[in-house]
Amino acid sequence: MSSQVKKVKEPLLRMAKRDAITSKQAWIVRGIAFLLALVTGGLLIMILGNNPLAVYKSMVIGAWGSKTVMNETIKITVPLLITAIGISIAFRMKFWNIGAEGQILVGAVAAGFFGLFTAHIFPKVPLVILMMVSSLIAGGLYGLIPALFKSKWGTNETLFTLMLNYIALAFIKYLMNGPWKAPGSSFPKIAMLAQGARLTKVFGVHWGWILALVLVVVSHIYFTKTKQGYEIAVVGESTNTAHYAGIKVSKVYNRTMFISGALCGLVGMLQFAGADYTITEGTAGGVGFTAITVAWLAKMNPYGMLAVAIFIAMLERGSNTIQTQFKIPASAADVLIGIILFFMLGCEFFINYRLILRGKEEGHA
Amino acid sequence: MLNVLSNLFIAAVLAGTPLLLGALGEILTEKAGNMNLGVEGMMFMGAITGLVSSYYYEQFVMKAGGTPSGFVSALVALIASFIAGAFGALIYSFLTITLRANQNVTGLTLTIFGTGFANFFGEFFAGKAGGYIAVSDVTKKAFLKVNIPLLSDLPVIGKLLFQYNWMVYFALAVAAMLLWFFAKSRVGLNLRAVGESPATADAAGIPIEAYKYGATIIGGGICGIGGMYMSMVTTSGVWVHGCVGGYGWLAVALVIFATWSPLRAVLVSVVFGGLTVMRMYISIPGLPTQIYDMIPYIATILVLVFTSMHENKEHAQPKSCGINYFREER
Repeated sequence: MSSQVKKVKEPLLRMAKRDAITSKQAWIVRGIAFLLALVTGGLLIMILGNNPLAVYKSMVIGAWGSKTVMNETIKITVPLLITAIGISIAFRMKFWNIGAEGQILVGAVAAGFFGLFTAHIFPKVPLVILMMVSSLIAGGLYGLIPALFKSKWGTNETLFTLMLNYIALAFIKYLMNGPWKAPGSSFPKIAMLAQGARLTKVFGVHWGWILALVLVVVSHIYFTKTKQGYEIAVVGESTNTAHYAGIKVSKVYNRTMFISGALCGLVGMLQFAGADYTITEGTAGGVGFTAITVAWLAKMNPYGMLAVAIFIAMLERGSNTIQTQFKIPASAADVLIGIILFFMLGCEFFINYRLILRGKEEGHA
Repeated sequence: MLNVLSNLFIAAVLAGTPLLLGALGEILTEKAGNMNLGVEGMMFMGAITGLVSSYYYEQFVMKAGGTPSGFVSALVALIASFIAGAFGALIYSFLTITLRANQNVTGLTLTIFGTGFANFFGEFFAGKAGGYIAVSDVTKKAFLKVNIPLLSDLPVIGKLLFQYNWMVYFALAVAAMLLWFFAKSRVGLNLRAVGESPATADAAGIPIEAYKYGATIIGGGICGIGGMYMSMVTTSGVWVHGCVGGYGWLAVALVIFATWSPLRAVLVSVVFGGLTVMRMYISIPGLPTQIYDMIPYIATILVLVFTSMHENKEHAQPKSCGINYFREER
C-alpha cells in the first residue's frame, strides 16, 4: 500500500455560485462581453490589414446612412425577427427546431402556388389573405412532422428538422427546373409575382414590418399571460414536472411546433410576396440559422429579439458595404455574429458564478 | 450491371470517407458526454485551412526556388486541418466545459461561425490569389488514388479495395484505432465512464475536465480532417464556396446510425456515401434529379425514426451526452 499522501494545493482560481446578481450588474457583464467580442472582431480585421474602427463605421453607415439602405436593413430585419419569434416558441420548451429554413421554403411554395397561378382569378386582398393562410398552414404542417415523431418515439428533432431543410431545398430546385419553370426562360427559375399581387409598401418597406412588431407584442403576451405559454415553459423546464402537473407533453409539442413552423412559413410568404417576388434556393438564405442566434442572444424575450434582429440586420447589410469599400468578403458578418455569440454564451458564466483567487477568501460560505 | 455496381461501390467509399471522419470525430466527442453539433462548422474550418495551408506551402517553396513535394503538401494540409478543427472544438470545450454554456446552442454557433469562417477566408484568399484559390498539380496528385505494389494490381479486389486515395485508408486506420481505444485501452475505458456517468467517474478519481477537453478537441481535429477531404479530394483542390454543405450534419446523424461504434460507422458511411452519389450511377426512369437528391436526407429521417422506435439499451448514446457536469450540483 502506498502511504504517500498528496498534498492538494488550492487551485489558483476557483469558482463559487453567486447568490444573486442585480439585473443591472448582469447587463454590465453582458455589455463588457459584447465589447470584447467587437474588440476580437476588430483584431481580426486588423490582422487582415484594415483599420477596425473605419470598417465598423462604414458598416454602420452602410446600414443606416441613407433612406435606401435603411429600408434594406429593415427588409432584412423582418424575416429575421419573425423567424426568431417562431423558433423561440419551440426553443422555450427545449425543442430544438433548426428546420426554420425548410419551413420558410415550404411557406414560400404554398404562397407561390396561389400567388403565381391564381393571381388572375382573385383580387388583391383575398389573394394576399389566401397566400398568408396557406403559408401558415404549410409551414405549420412541416414543423408538425418532427413533433409528431418526437412525441411518439422521442425521435431526435435536431437532425429531423435539419434534414427537412435539405428536402425542402431540393423540392424548390425541382420546381425551378420542372413544373414551375418560368415560361420562355432558358434558365431554371420561377416566374415573378404579378405586379398587382405584391405586398403594399408602408414607408418604403412592405407591411411585413408592421406585422413583425405586432407579433413581438402578441408573442410576449402569449409567453407570459396565457395558459399555453405557461405549458410551454413547464415542458421546457422538465417534461416530468409537466406530467405531474397533468400537462400532456405530446400535445404541447405538437401544438407548439405547428405554431413555430407556421410563423416561419409566414416568413416565406413575406419574402416571396414582399421582398423577392419570386422563389429561389436563396429565399430562406440562412435566415433560419441566424434567427437561432437572434432568439438565443435575446434570451427568448420578444422585445430583446427586436433589438438583436435590428443589430444583426445592420451587420449583414453593413457587410455588403465593407465588401465594396474594403474588399472584405461579406461573410465577415457571419464570422462576427459567431464571435459575438461565443462571447455572449461565455459571459453567462460570469453572471452565475464568481471567481475567487487563491488565498483570497478563507471562510467558505 | 456488375461493372456499374463496382463503380458505385468505389464512388460510395470515396463519398463516404468525409462522412466517416466526421462521424468518428463526433463519436469520440460524444463518448466524453459532449454533444457537439458544430461538426459542420469544424469540417468547414478544416476544409479551408487545409487547402490554404497547402497552397501557401507551395507558394513558399516555389518562391524559394525549390519544387514543392506532394507528400509534404498533403502532410501540411493534414496537420493544418486537424489544428483548425481542434481550434473550433477548443472554443466549444471552453464554453461548455469550463463556462458551462448550453451544448446545443454552442454547437450550432460553432457551425455558423465555422461556415462563415470558411466562406470568409475562402473569398479572402481567393481575392489575394487573383480570382480563385487552387493547389498545384503536385498536391492534386498526392490526393489521387494510390498504387500499392501487388495489391492494387489484383483483379477486381485491387480495384475495389486497394486503389483509393490515402485518406480513405487514413480514415479506416482512425476507425480501427478508436475501436481499440474504446474497448481495450485504460484511457478509453475511463473516457466511456466519463460519458456514461461523470459523477461516478469523478468519484473514482478520473479527471473529468481533462478527459472531456481531450476527447472533444481531438474529435474536432478529426472532423477538421474530414472537411479537408471535401476541399482536397471531392472538389480536387479548388476552393468551392460552401463545399461542405450538409456533410457535417449527415455525419452527426451517422453517429446515431452507427450506434456510437467506430466499426459500424465504417459501414453506414459507405451506405450513406453511396446514397449521395447513387444518382450518377443508377438512373430511375421518371424520377427528376432534384427529387433523387433528396434520397440521403429522406433515408436519414427514416433511419432516425426507426432507431428511435427500437431503443436499444446496449447501443445507446452515452448517458450524460448533452448535459454539462457540475461537480457542485450533482
